[in-house]
Amino acid sequence: MSAVIENHHEDHDHGPAKGITRWLYTTNHKDIGTLYLWFSFAMFLIGGAMAMIIRAELFQPGMQIVEPEFYNQMITLHGLIMIFGGVMPAFVGLANWLVPMMIGAPDMALPRMNNLSFWILPFAFLILLSSLFMEGGAPNFGWTFYAPLSTTYAPPSVTFFIFSVHIMGASSIMGAINVVVTIMNMRAPGVGLMKMPLFVWSWLITAYLLIAVMPVLAGAVTMMLMDIHFGTSFFNAAGGGDPVLFQHIFWFFGHPEVYIMILPAFGIVSHIIETFSRKQLFGYSSMVWAMLSIAILSFVVWAHHMFTVGLPLAAEIFFMWATMLIAVPTGVKVFNWVATMFRGSLTFETPMLFAIAFVVLFTIGGLSGLMLAIVPADFQYHDTYFVVAHFHYVLVPGAIFSIMAAVYYWIPKWSGNMYDERLGKLHFWLSFVGVNVTFFPQHFIGLAGMPRRYPDYSLQFADWNMVSSVGAFLFGFSQLLFLFIVLKTVMGGKKATSQVWDGARGLEWTVASPAPYHTFSTPPKVD
Amino acid sequence: MLTFVAPMAKADWFALNMTRGITDISNEVFELHMLIFWICVAIGVAVFSVMFYSIYAHTKKKNPVPAKFHENHKLEIAWTIIPFLILIAMAVPASKTLVKIYDDTAGDINIQVTGYQWKWQYQYLEDDISFFANLSTDLDEIYNLVPKGENYLQEVDEMVVIPAGKKIRFLITANDVIHSWWLPAFAIKQDAIPGFVNTAWTIVEEPGIYRGRCTELCGKNHGFMPIVVKVVEQDEYDEWVLNKRNEAIKLAELTTKDWTAQELVSRGQEIYDVNCVACHQVSGQGITGIFPALAGSDIVMNDKERNIEILMEGVQGAAMNSFSYLSEVELASVITYTRQSWGNAEKGDGEIVIPKDIVDYKEPKI
Repeated sequence: MSAVIENHHEDHDHGPAKGITRWLYTTNHKDIGTLYLWFSFAMFLIGGAMAMIIRAELFQPGMQIVEPEFYNQMITLHGLIMIFGGVMPAFVGLANWLVPMMIGAPDMALPRMNNLSFWILPFAFLILLSSLFMEGGAPNFGWTFYAPLSTTYAPPSVTFFIFSVHIMGASSIMGAINVVVTIMNMRAPGVGLMKMPLFVWSWLITAYLLIAVMPVLAGAVTMMLMDIHFGTSFFNAAGGGDPVLFQHIFWFFGHPEVYIMILPAFGIVSHIIETFSRKQLFGYSSMVWAMLSIAILSFVVWAHHMFTVGLPLAAEIFFMWATMLIAVPTGVKVFNWVATMFRGSLTFETPMLFAIAFVVLFTIGGLSGLMLAIVPADFQYHDTYFVVAHFHYVLVPGAIFSIMAAVYYWIPKWSGNMYDERLGKLHFWLSFVGVNVTFFPQHFIGLAGMPRRYPDYSLQFADWNMVSSVGAFLFGFSQLLFLFIVLKTVMGGKKATSQVWDGARGLEWTVASPAPYHTFSTPPKVD
Repeated sequence: MLTFVAPMAKADWFALNMTRGITDISNEVFELHMLIFWICVAIGVAVFSVMFYSIYAHTKKKNPVPAKFHENHKLEIAWTIIPFLILIAMAVPASKTLVKIYDDTAGDINIQVTGYQWKWQYQYLEDDISFFANLSTDLDEIYNLVPKGENYLQEVDEMVVIPAGKKIRFLITANDVIHSWWLPAFAIKQDAIPGFVNTAWTIVEEPGIYRGRCTELCGKNHGFMPIVVKVVEQDEYDEWVLNKRNEAIKLAELTTKDWTAQELVSRGQEIYDVNCVACHQVSGQGITGIFPALAGSDIVMNDKERNIEILMEGVQGAAMNSFSYLSEVELASVITYTRQSWGNAEKGDGEIVIPKDIVDYKEPKI
């Protein structure tokens, strides 16, 4: 029996194919993970370049660099690219690399679908970006594309936008199904649900959220398509439709989407804090329950994005209370991270620095979120830079810092080489200062009364806008250093051990560094 | 490009917090904001000080052997229940204020506010007054050709005037896309949505000029449709109402006047600069792909009937809305202006449109 297994093993113990076909035809979870990560990095730089244009225009009052029409295209594409092209594919890439290794599976459950779900993505974004060169310009209605600005009043390229959102949605749904099937069926013997690493848990929950809400988004854009081309009036008041209906549908997708972009971050940060505290994670099961509660609550809070649309009083009160309730499980997570660090044996390598910054800055974003839940106060905050500051705090030093932390933490496992610790720390401090100088003053600008999505502003907002722009340039250009560090690590450097970090736990640290092309062809033994 | 840097009239490094506003409601909102802000600060300080203490005291150097604990049920129950109680303490006063804000009984004065791309219309329902408020900041200021004025981007050609001490109710809607009417000093922000009428109310005791903005992305000039409200004493308000009525009568008389092409063109240019220029541009060239050119357009050069019809009815499925809310004189002069400018008169039939044409168009057709 064992001889048969040995032979079988040998047959498959080959490396990757040579040349470009390795990447085009690959069904290997590690290759596909790498493709996703590089793709998201490229999108991060493109979306970032757009942010630089936005902040350059806002550097001082008056129109200097772009026209308002183009400015609106930049804010729209910046949002869409960062969300659907930057953060989400980065998390899918991490799931591809890590979920099979963490649960002791040889690969993802549906490897061919895995290839397809990646390779349709570049086309989706090519279509979206090509709209910049179309007559009438790219989509200019904000990433939330409220009707009727995105239907009756949209540029002709909106149809291409709808098509590309459909492709992104299909890619996400396939990726999510793959994650669910893998986790449910391919755990090594002994890896019970409540023994799964938290990153795996966070992705299981995220995948269910994706499967639940991406079809809702697809429904919304399809209704738009019908309104634009087939004479329906879903969102057109003049035809008996309802513009507010669009917002209900959009945010029924949009709020869970927010958690899709933060739950995997919770998983990542839990692992990193545990490793560099050299102490078991505090409250594992409460962490799992907190994520489940957050996911379930995310379906009953959508209208807190719509407090000013004229909802009935009862609805305003319900959504205010439901939204505030989310602070409880989120608080539990933050307390657990702090308790994990408490009386640990801490060191501060780059991943840990990013993880600690995540906890602090994500908490600040969470607290401003709590302020936004208070409806009467939200009448003053809504659609101002206060909101911009809030969601950038949870997305940039939240989601994106967690992704950077993950890259520094696992890149020795992926590449077999240690990254340059001094450069890593430099990258961290530049990013940390840059992010805060960019987004903290936006709280002030918003409270002082500057609405979001303004290409130009009155003079009382000038000082802090200038500071914010300086911070943005610092943050933006620091990411080129990140690119350099990653390339340098991939090309060479100090060899990493299999354990890499002395406090690290989990199956991925039991295989060699770099991880062999095929891992766990026979399931590992887990107690 | 950056030669005309805005003269920073005064540094606003201290514009850090929400405005307290000038109404009872806006004061309550401000107090709520400060309450929750300080609660958040307290939570932040508590959590971060434990964390920073660990970062300081529990390093590998100072604490080489980590503790073993990884759960504590009492602690976990405590930090679930306590935040819950804090949240209730915040939500109760917030709900009370909200109930007050939601009082939508009729006001002493009811004003319908309609958002347009990119201006606001104000209709005083009791007094039959109607006007538009457009941004009055000069384009040269926006494009840095001349220094910026004190109220850069927060000044309009006609302010909303309301009397102090009266309950004013705003009925807020929109004509094209969604806008949002925000006046921070009154703590009012209501979306203006086509097909819906939202309400908001205020009682202002203090006369003065208060400035606000559109807060829902509504297209290219979203940042250029400010709101300015002037609160005056009752007698001054009555006088203003009287003046507005007389103005309307004078305007109606103009319809029967004999107009020359030159008079119409010069009046039309003003109207064009306020209402049409954002899309169709100063040059009449529009923006390729979204806003059609008027210069060289066959309709504008040769088809007077259709030209009037488009202005009156709008174009279905496009950004061009009906402008039938303009007066007959305004419509006739702006149409004439476009038919006489950019070489259109020379290349086309050169016909002008007089107010009488618009009056005829409005006659019921049998």
